[in-house]
Amino acid sequence: MWLWLHKLGSPPHAYRLLGKMAPWFGWPALALILLATWWGLVWAPRDYQQGDAFRILYVHAPSAWMSMFTYVVMAVAAGIGMIWRIKLAHAAAASCAPIGASFTFLALATGSIWGKPMWGTWWVWDARLTSELILLFLYLGYMALRSSFDDPQRADRASAVLAIVGVINVPIIHYSVEWWTTLHQPASVTKLDKPSIALEMLYPLFIMMIGFQLYFGWAISRRLRGEILRRERNAKWLKEGA
Amino acid sequence: MNLQEFLAMGGYAGYVWTAYGLTAAILVWNWWAARRSEAEQLLSAQRRSAD
Repeated sequence: MWLWLHKLGSPPHAYRLLGKMAPWFGWPALALILLATWWGLVWAPRDYQQGDAFRILYVHAPSAWMSMFTYVVMAVAAGIGMIWRIKLAHAAAASCAPIGASFTFLALATGSIWGKPMWGTWWVWDARLTSELILLFLYLGYMALRSSFDDPQRADRASAVLAIVGVINVPIIHYSVEWWTTLHQPASVTKLDKPSIALEMLYPLFIMMIGFQLYFGWAISRRLRGEILRRERNAKWLKEGA
Repeated sequence: MNLQEFLAMGGYAGYVWTAYGLTAAILVWNWWAARRSEAEQLLSAQRRSAD
């Protein structure tokens, strides 16, 4: 077991493994996202209150979910890197940031586009929207902090602290709709009892979420490969042919 | 439902299609950026090993 873990943590092994894994995430992700898009746009019934505008849900909710999920992955990877001094974990955390930032931007943008016809405004400074905007700044700050160091090890350590401290924002985003009065509707899917949304509307959402999750798996594999190459630029295994 | 009705999205065409278009753009951008950074690193690694 430990030998296996050790092998997994070694850059050349991880590099090859990620290359093999990526298509297993990528193709199913593409298939599920296309299926969910079709299902959400064509097969799902129109909402009796929101009409066809509710279909934005199928891209908004998964991207919002992924924006938080990616942050948690980033913070956990940064934590592992700090505690056990595993460079690969720091590399994984660094690879999460641009992916997470793009999902956060997408969640904010699609939310804004949905908000205009439903609430009558593109933006309000309420708890949910503001905390999600802070998440975007956390990602951007993390990337800016990393790029301000020339020494990768110092960049790893400094940015890991930011990633770990910033994780406090994730539960704030999640519970913001319960703790504060907000325009944003409360969770209708991730409720423990019974989801307050029709099943035929829920299926495409689940498929899209799984698709996005797999897409993240694909994207992180690719990003991490690039990151490993960048860090291992002078390593022997690279010269011997990867 | 005909195609025109589908494209009109019950009067929300501008919002719905912009949201989906933006999503497609972000997913494609991620794909492109990840591949590009990997290819760049691979190229510079090859160049170094050729020295």
